[in-house]
Order: sequence, then structure tokens, then C-alpha cells
Amino acid sequence: MESLQSPATTNLKTGADPNGVPVIKVENFHKIYEMGDTRVHALRGISLEIYRGEFVAIMGASGSGKSTFMNLVGCLDTPSEGTYLLDNTNVALLSRTELARIRNQHVGFVFQGFNLLNRTSAWENVELPLIYAAMRAKERHKLSRTALQKVGLGERIDHIPSQLSGGQQQRVAIARALVNHPSILLADEPTGNLDSRTSIEIMQIFQELNEKEELTIVLVTHEPDIADYAKRIIYFRDGHVTRDEKVQKRRLAADVLASLPPAEE
Amino acid sequence: MILLLTIIRVAFKALSRNKMRSILTMLGIIIGVGAVIAMVSIGQGAQQTISAQIASAGSNMLFVTPGSFTSGGVRMGLGTTSHLTVEDALAVERECPAVKYASPLVRASSSVVYGNQNWFTNIQGYDTRFPQIRLWEVEKGTFFTDQDVTTAQRVCILGKTVSDNLFAGADPVGQEIRIRNMPWRVIGVLQAKGQSGMGQDQDDTIIAPYTTVQKKMLGIVFINSIMVSAVSQEASATAQAEITDLLRQRHHITRSEDDDFQVRNLADMAELANNSNQVMTLLLASIAFVSLIVGGIGVMNIMLVSVTERTREIGIRMAVGATGGDVQFQFLTEAIVLAIFGGVLGIIIGSAASKIISDSLGWPTLISTTAIGAAFSFAAIIGIAAGWYPARKASRLDPIEALRYE
Repeated sequence: MESLQSPATTNLKTGADPNGVPVIKVENFHKIYEMGDTRVHALRGISLEIYRGEFVAIMGASGSGKSTFMNLVGCLDTPSEGTYLLDNTNVALLSRTELARIRNQHVGFVFQGFNLLNRTSAWENVELPLIYAAMRAKERHKLSRTALQKVGLGERIDHIPSQLSGGQQQRVAIARALVNHPSILLADEPTGNLDSRTSIEIMQIFQELNEKEELTIVLVTHEPDIADYAKRIIYFRDGHVTRDEKVQKRRLAADVLASLPPAEE
Repeated sequence: MILLLTIIRVAFKALSRNKMRSILTMLGIIIGVGAVIAMVSIGQGAQQTISAQIASAGSNMLFVTPGSFTSGGVRMGLGTTSHLTVEDALAVERECPAVKYASPLVRASSSVVYGNQNWFTNIQGYDTRFPQIRLWEVEKGTFFTDQDVTTAQRVCILGKTVSDNLFAGADPVGQEIRIRNMPWRVIGVLQAKGQSGMGQDQDDTIIAPYTTVQKKMLGIVFINSIMVSAVSQEASATAQAEITDLLRQRHHITRSEDDDFQVRNLADMAELANNSNQVMTLLLASIAFVSLIVGGIGVMNIMLVSVTERTREIGIRMAVGATGGDVQFQFLTEAIVLAIFGGVLGIIIGSAASKIISDSLGWPTLISTTAIGAAFSFAAIIGIAAGWYPARKASRLDPIEALRYE
């Protein structure tokens, strides 16, 4: 098992621009939850850097601290200790309201359970971040339509979630995450509720966004197959990073899909 | 600004997605506001009629009625018989400086016949000072003369209602009607005066010389009351005192005895009626007000349920960048929209209800803008008050917890 990597080596290993400024720079993250008398030490000193254009998978068993880490990186929560530079802004010390602004401008979320608003059309779901960015209705509509086209749902912008398949719902969620042009896209088990073919299709979208738009993606998963679509894998265990390495045999979703038998309808 | 407007639209959408619930929630406010408007309009209508009444009857009018009197140790009811005489009435006018006119009043009621029509009404016997005291003129024909009074002629002046019912639009002046099987000549018709403050039709009456009513109808020598007009409204109180002194003296009442009559002043009576009316209005309005508060609690309850039910939605909104303030504003807007819509509907329904009440029951109503303004702003305040706590609760949710909420 490899020991903790210093940020500099990480860059070399993953091939990201070592001279650039990291999108995410985390130092000595600790997170302690207090539940009554018991203290749960979820993160015990995490330090790492993620650069623009990276596609990172975070792996670990449940309880390894990967979800906690994700929440901190996504500015949904603040660390008990440590510093966090997101786009060169120290966000570890921000207030709730300021964190909301950061989430709105810099972070896109994709969840396992899609988390779309029920009885609300696809484009209205996608425009949600733009509402809180105080954008005008006309512009919101245009941008959300473009985002939906990017994930291949241009024909279904008026459908509500219950009229869409799981894969389609996840695409809507991805469009919502993209619409604000975030610095990072955080995906928490995005394929957990999907069948394997649809999962690969979602990974294909991620790979395309990563390649064509240089979108930085951080993906939390416990499935090794899915992690192999990323460029770099970070392993978590008991609140520590145990390994941080470049993916040796990277899978390309387009090739995998081509090798599969045609989809059964 | 764009953000606020958009959030207001989001709030509207959320409410329209749950139409049934929104309407039922509003119902509390609708009923509360509607009840306040209806109650206040009934009360104010009555008050306004009373005020108009004083103005039209002349606020310097007083009347003397017989009090209770004791007969063989038994206190008899008011007005059972009367110590008041025609001489008392004449003396009041002659000897009290603050009194301008005084007239005896004798009352009877009977059915009145003309051709094949008949009508039951009351007959009031006055002397010729009636128009000056009651500020009530003859519209058609003439009033009776002193000659008619002294000779107890069977002549009469009809109120508008009586005239309409017996003659159906034809001119009654000069016609003969029958009262208790005796022929009476109609010599005039009074101006229409409308309802009194108590909702009585004042035009449903016949005015005749008091002597005729005394001798030809009732066979009595006393009079029922004395109608008095003071020289001015300010002189009413003085007139009241002068009349009391004079009548005590005339009735030989010693200092230790109570009056055997009552002198009442129309302005005081009206004020009394107005006061009791005000108390009644206030009482009704406060009951209605309580239902408005209950409506507000309903809004709060539903908003709390809604916040719990929509925890996940709140989590999603927060994850994509809604601040606590944005979420709070959305839920507050929802509560205010419910309350304001309820308020507007309540105003419409309350106004309609008071219209229906005045049309079907004949009660006078007055829809007051003050009541509408007050009920509406109160509904809005209730909306803010009821929405505040749930909205605050929503804004303080932890986005991570909220996203995980099932």
C-alpha cells in the first residue's frame, strides 16, 4: 500500500498541469461530529490538490469518510479544522450564506438519488441554480435548454421527472450541475441507482464533459468498474487517504458501449 | 430584485401545485375576514341609520311618557295608564322657556279599510304642531287645522306606506276611508321617511287630531305622551329640567316621591341605542376576529407541515445555491400569499354576505372601507406572523440533512 502522496507528486502522477493553480487545495482536513456524548472523527487530516481538467474518483468503504469529504469539498459543510482553497478562495471560514453563493457559482452536484424537484419540468429543474444567481428568465431558459441539449435531452425539456427514466433523470441532474459553468462537478454515487448500461452512458457523458470542456470532476463511488472511468483514484479509509494513484487501465465509456450488445427495448 | 420576483413566482407555483390544500388553508382567513366585514357592516349600518334618524327627526326633540305608578302597593308597569293630560301638554309649552312646541300624543291601532283593500296600522293623534315637532311635512294635500282639533273632526293624513297599500298609487286626498266602521276623510299624505333606527317603517302610520282619537276611537281623556321640541339642541337638557320641575309641581309630587313620568330626549336615546349598538358590533367583530386568528394558526400549521414535507426540496435548493434568506423568503411569501388571497376573497364574500343580509332581512348595512382596510392589513400581518416561524425553520435546515431526508 502506498503512503500518503504529497500534492506535487500527485500532479506528476495524474498528468495535470503542475504549474497551474489547483481548483481544490485541501490541507489537513479534520471533521468531528458530536452526537450526544460520542465524538465521531470522520476525517483525520486529509490534504490533497485537484487541478483543472482532472477526473478524480474517490473510493472507500462506507464510513471511510468519503461522503464527509465530498460535503466539505462541495461547501455543504465546513471542516472542524483545516484550510480549503476553492479557486484560490479560502472557503473554510465562510458563513452559511457565503457558502451558498460559492455552491451556486463554483460547484455542481450530481446525487445518487437524482434529487430533482417533483412535478417540475426538466428545464425548470435545470434553471434552478440560475434563479439563485439572479439571472433573467429569458437567459435562464436559454442556458437551461443548452445544458439539456449537451446531455442529450434537448427533446424532453418539458418532461417532468416521473415521465423520464432513471438515466434521463440523472442527465437532467447533470445538466443542472453544469448550467452555472461550475469550477468543479461533484458526483456522489451517480450510478448507484442505475443499471449497468445506463451507468456507462452516464460515465460517457462525464468523460465527454471532462475531455471537451476541461470540466474538473470529482466522483465518489464504491464500484471499482466505475472508478476506472476516471483518470485518478483516491482511496479513503477511516478518515485517511490511503492511496492516490493514476488509473492504470482507464476505461473509455464509448468503447465499452460499442462492445455491448445493442440495448434491449 | 430579479431574485425576489422570481422567488415570488416560485412561491405561487408551489401553492398552485397544491390547490386543494391552499384553498382549504385560505378558508380560515376567508371566513375570518368575511365575518369581520359582515359584522362590522351590519353594526355600522345600524349606527348610520340612527344618526340619520336623529338628523331627520330633529335632535332637539324630547318626549314625556308616563312612569310607573303605585296602586294599592302594587307597582304597575310603565304606560299602563297615564297621569298626563292635555293641560300638562299646554302648560309645558306655555311655561317652559326652553320649550318651543309641545303636543299631546294619543296612540291607537286599528285596521283601516278603503274599498276592498284593508291595512292594519297605527294611528297617532297630535295637535297641529306635529310638522314642527317631528320635522315632517305633508307632501300632498294639507294638514288639519286647530278647528279640526277642537271639534274632533274625523280627518287624517296617511303615511306613505299606508297610502301605497290602500290606494295603490291613486291619489287618496279627498277620499273616504273607514276606521272602526266610521268614515274618515283623507286630507293629506306625508313625505316618505323610511326606516327608523330600530328598523321600523315610520311611514306605516296615520296622523289624526288627538281629540278625535281620544273621543271617537278610544273613549279616554288622558294622553299617552307629550311630544316636545326644544328651542335648540343645546337647550334640550334645560328643557328636560324645566319640564320635570313643572310636571312634578302640577302632579303634586312631594320631594321624597319619585316622578310619575319620564322625560326623554331623542339625542340621549339615540346615543344610548348607538352605544349598545357599538358594544354589539364590537362583540361580533371580536368573535369574527378570533376566527381570523384561528385562520392564521391554520396557515401556520400548514406551513409547518409544508416545510417538513418539502425538506428535500429545501435541501436541493440550498445545494444549488439558495441561501437561508432565499428559502425563508420563499416560505414567507407562500404564507403571505395565502393570507392576502384569503383576505381578498374574504372581503368579497363578507361584502356579498352583508348585501344578502340587508336584502333578505331588511337590516341596514354599511360596508366600511376602514373595516376592509383593517381586515385586509390584519390578514397580511397574520400571514407574516404565521409564516415567520415555519420559514425561519426552513431557512435553518442543514442542507446535508435535508438532502438525505426521506
